[in-house]
Amino acid sequence: MTLASGSSPTSSFAIRTEDLCRHYRMGETVIRAVDGISLTVPAGEFVALLGSSGSGKSSVLNLMAGLDRPTSGSVVVQGRNLAQLSREELAGYRLHTVGMVFQSFNLIASMTLAENVELPLRFAEVDRSKREGLAREALARVGLQARMKHRPSELSGGEQQRAALARALINRPQLLLADEPTGNLDSHTGTEILNLVRDFNQQLGMTVVMVTHERTLAERYAGRMIFLADGKMTGDESNVPTNLLVNPALQGARS
Amino acid sequence: MKLPDLTELALRNLRESLLRNSLTTIGISVGVASLVAMVSLGIGLQQLANRRLMKSGLFDTVVVTSRRDLRNFGREPERGGPAPGESRILDEPARQEVERLPGVLEATPDIRFITELRYEDKPHMTMVAALPASDRSHDAFQTMQGTFFTSETAPEAILQKSFAEELLGKTPKTGVDEAKVAELAAPLLGKELILRYAQRQTSAGQAPATAATLPDDLASAAYSVVSREQKLKIVGVADLDPESMRGPTRARVFLPLKLAESLHVMQPTDLREISRSASDQAVYSSINVRVKSPSHIQAIEDAIKKMGFNTFSILDASKSISQFFGVLDMFLLIFGSLALAVASIGIVNTLVMAILERRREIGIMKALGASDGDVKKLFFAEAGAMGILGGIVGVALGWAIGQVINFGTNIYLRKQDFPPEHFWAVPWWLVGAAIVFAFIVSLVSGLYPAGRAARLDPVQALRYE
Repeated sequence: MTLASGSSPTSSFAIRTEDLCRHYRMGETVIRAVDGISLTVPAGEFVALLGSSGSGKSSVLNLMAGLDRPTSGSVVVQGRNLAQLSREELAGYRLHTVGMVFQSFNLIASMTLAENVELPLRFAEVDRSKREGLAREALARVGLQARMKHRPSELSGGEQQRAALARALINRPQLLLADEPTGNLDSHTGTEILNLVRDFNQQLGMTVVMVTHERTLAERYAGRMIFLADGKMTGDESNVPTNLLVNPALQGARS
Repeated sequence: MKLPDLTELALRNLRESLLRNSLTTIGISVGVASLVAMVSLGIGLQQLANRRLMKSGLFDTVVVTSRRDLRNFGREPERGGPAPGESRILDEPARQEVERLPGVLEATPDIRFITELRYEDKPHMTMVAALPASDRSHDAFQTMQGTFFTSETAPEAILQKSFAEELLGKTPKTGVDEAKVAELAAPLLGKELILRYAQRQTSAGQAPATAATLPDDLASAAYSVVSREQKLKIVGVADLDPESMRGPTRARVFLPLKLAESLHVMQPTDLREISRSASDQAVYSSINVRVKSPSHIQAIEDAIKKMGFNTFSILDASKSISQFFGVLDMFLLIFGSLALAVASIGIVNTLVMAILERRREIGIMKALGASDGDVKKLFFAEAGAMGILGGIVGVALGWAIGQVINFGTNIYLRKQDFPPEHFWAVPWWLVGAAIVFAFIVSLVSGLYPAGRAARLDPVQALRYE
């Protein structure tokens, strides 16, 4: 499978937010989940969004994913301001530009792994004949080619998250958004998952934004750490990941 | 999403909550079944009525009379067209012209006259009528004792039951004591009957002496009346009245048409027709026109009226019967649809439940790039699949209900000594229409749930556990 590399050559950044705000109204009070965040993520970067719960990191991710709309400000991804896209255009953006993984895997329980991974291809109206091959390829990349016909409930958490990664890859997006991808996994399995994410970032050139509350994980994998608290950016540090991919040839043997 | 994918996903989702969706689908089936049962009962009854009426000959017959004939069957005289005195004569060329009209099966002269018949040297007065060969298949002769005429010209007669009773010197009784046709026929079949009648003879060549003093056209119209006798063999005794339409002028003895024509019996109209120009062609007082289907009657009547004759049919009665069945069908349809309306609420309920249950799944699909339209279509497909499935099962169920009721009714009918009847008709268009209707009702029921699912906020849906 050949995945498109990074962003288009014309833009040096993948994501740029400007004074991004997302306020929720709950009765009389206004909750400022995201409150004036401006940041730029260059194409191909691995960014960790760090913060305690309620800091607004997931809200920022949802805004970047086009799942939510900002109250004010803008999110520009590859030259397109998501705030100005129609619902239909946002769906297309999520389908083709973004791959998402979640803390709770979010596989559909009634479908086999192959069907789960194929699902975005159905939305993209890819020919039935091509779908199975693409799904097998994606599952092979995460080492699950033998489990295609299994249902999520028959798999371990790590395997489920790997399947979710395969599904996020299937439409060859340029952006991988991960919301606490290791939150439900033990540290060993979590490492496996993040190794895969790092591979996608380095081998396929995907821009990765990962939400996490574990600073140690971020330090091991992310090239940059952005700290959030109360919806505001409190820090932005570049980082030299300790768990760098040393020899890509070894990757195939591991999974 | 493409249709095959939608269908596949919809069916998968329906299988996931098999019990609930089955119950909803059964609900639709019951609704469709009641609809099909009701409508097919309406159609069946209408067909039964039509069959009966068609057999009676009431609705496929137009009676044509000359405008010169002032009998109007008790109706208002025709207002349009030429005055009676100037109108066309109903003769053989006119009959042939009528017979050539599209939709006309045959046009037969209506020959009837009151005369004396002698049986065992006793005179009996009655109305005699001629029957065309096509009447062989008439309902009235299906239960007849004996046989129909051997040919169009055979000197044979069929008696109406009451005349047979008269010949045998029995007083007609009704109710349980009513004489059986078979008992009446036994002593009469094969016996001889003598028909005495007045023959009209055109005096070609030998005009009466007074002719010289008359204008030419009147002179040539002169004729003489001669008393004649014709021996007839009794071949059949019929129970039913083949001429229920005619009312007071009912005949009780029937002759083959060609035989009756050859007798040249003096007709009452002959007396009034003295001013007509002489012609070798036969002239009729009225013609019975049989048409292919009652739907042709109006057009044929109009065409005949245009030719300058009076017409009469029971079209108006048949119209009001269609109207009656139209109203009946509508009521049956409304009652049948009630169950389907209830079932459609079941669909709404099931799908709204499904949204609550699959909230997260909808959120996932949206996060993966499903558009509002995809989600909407998926719920539509589920509703539609339930509708089609329910429709198919419902049609089968409705058909089965119809068969059972038909069967039950016929057992009852047989016990009552009635021939079995078909009350139930499920035409193919009803099968198709019921399934399509169930499908449409389901889609309409799916409108609200599908819209609601499509509007679901993915962030909220994904947060929901």
